[in-house]
Amino acid sequence: MTPRRKRMVVIGLLVLGMGLATTLILRAFNQNLMYFYSTSDVVAGKAPTARDFRIGGLVVKGSLQRLPNSLTVHFVLSDLKKEVTVTYTGILPDLFREGQGIVANGQLGADGLFVAREVLAKHDENYMPPEVAASLKHQPDATLTR
Amino acid sequence: MFERFHQYAAPLHFHRLSRKLSPWLFGLSAVLFVAGLVGGLVLAPADYQQGESFRIIYVHVPSAWLSMFCYMVMASAGAAGLIWKVKMGDIMARASAPLGASFTFLALATGSLWGKPMWGTWWVWDARLTSELILLFLYLGYIALQSAIEDRRAAARAGAVLAIVGVVNIPIIHYSVEWWSTLHQGATVTKFDKPSIDVSMLIPLLLMALAFQVFFFAALLVRARCEILEFEQHTAWVRDYLRGGRKV
Amino acid sequence: MKTFSEFLAMGGYASYVWSAYGLALIVLGWNALAPGRRERALERKLAARPERRSA
Repeated sequence: MTPRRKRMVVIGLLVLGMGLATTLILRAFNQNLMYFYSTSDVVAGKAPTARDFRIGGLVVKGSLQRLPNSLTVHFVLSDLKKEVTVTYTGILPDLFREGQGIVANGQLGADGLFVAREVLAKHDENYMPPEVAASLKHQPDATLTR
Repeated sequence: MFERFHQYAAPLHFHRLSRKLSPWLFGLSAVLFVAGLVGGLVLAPADYQQGESFRIIYVHVPSAWLSMFCYMVMASAGAAGLIWKVKMGDIMARASAPLGASFTFLALATGSLWGKPMWGTWWVWDARLTSELILLFLYLGYIALQSAIEDRRAAARAGAVLAIVGVVNIPIIHYSVEWWSTLHQGATVTKFDKPSIDVSMLIPLLLMALAFQVFFFAALLVRARCEILEFEQHTAWVRDYLRGGRKV
Repeated sequence: MKTFSEFLAMGGYASYVWSAYGLALIVLGWNALAPGRRERALERKLAARPERRSA
């Protein structure tokens, strides 16, 4: 084996070994790398009970309730399978709206109500002008009425 | 015999070519920047959800792409230097590190400025943001290694090993948004489907990405020239070049 | 057509958008100028070396 080929093999093995080690580590810590639990996870009891964790999902349309004379809101989060009701007192981010994905950090009460300390909006990967978004929204209706 | 000649000649020719090329590349990138900025700041419509704040995409995404591209340049140049003992490999790896570090910093900083108004936070420890931060530390580690080791050949070798080991981070950055739940959204342009961005917004993005890319090569050429001069300062051609009014 | 002040206001996101572009300008400007300066300084330094007796 020429020295050059030897170096190539050593580097190849190095990359392979690093890749393998990283894969194993990432698999072992998979749960810790998840930024949030889905609502199904929470309903299934997979989320921690005694400490803070993050929950992510879509804000169910029509579920947002503002308590009068306060910054407290109630809304229902869903991953299209299971739902969790969340309460939060504070200022919501600009992107927060019904139908929007959000991540809330807080604790799950014994009654199944999630008390959020912090609410972050998660935006999707779609970018379009408002007119296009509006016409997309109306398209299904148009096909239905035709 | 051929190899010896090749090794001796490569930096000389690269240096000469680089002096011709870099002004043109800087000029081209300036033109692309103007086109991309007009397209991105003026012509592109506001986003349906994020309004005008989405215009940060035109500096955030190109610098994030470049931060990863530059890393691959650095790692493959380092590997070439390590395996084939190509002097230009060591030189290019060393020249690309400061560029990579600065574009990684720019991607993180502009991302933070985008995250605050949209997500409601400057920073979260999700997989995408954390892996990009690790990329910055890889660059800084490489730079620290280069300045800590006096002997250039030893420094190049140690740096190349670090750069090659760090390559595992690149797919992690790219796929982090698919493998784990993150606050950062999924890929918009670099996916196999049709990009989920309107054409009027996509064209300025591609122009800006190209502008950043061309700028990167222009700056890389100048940095590589500095490294060549330092590596080769005792050779006859560098002496001739410096004496000859830099017109060799 | 938007007025110039509307353009500057960026729909209320002016501070975020313009800080991001300002940072980009600083990073790009530094990367455009610093290597050239270093090259000129290096060439001056190397050219000022005393002639070597033999190569």
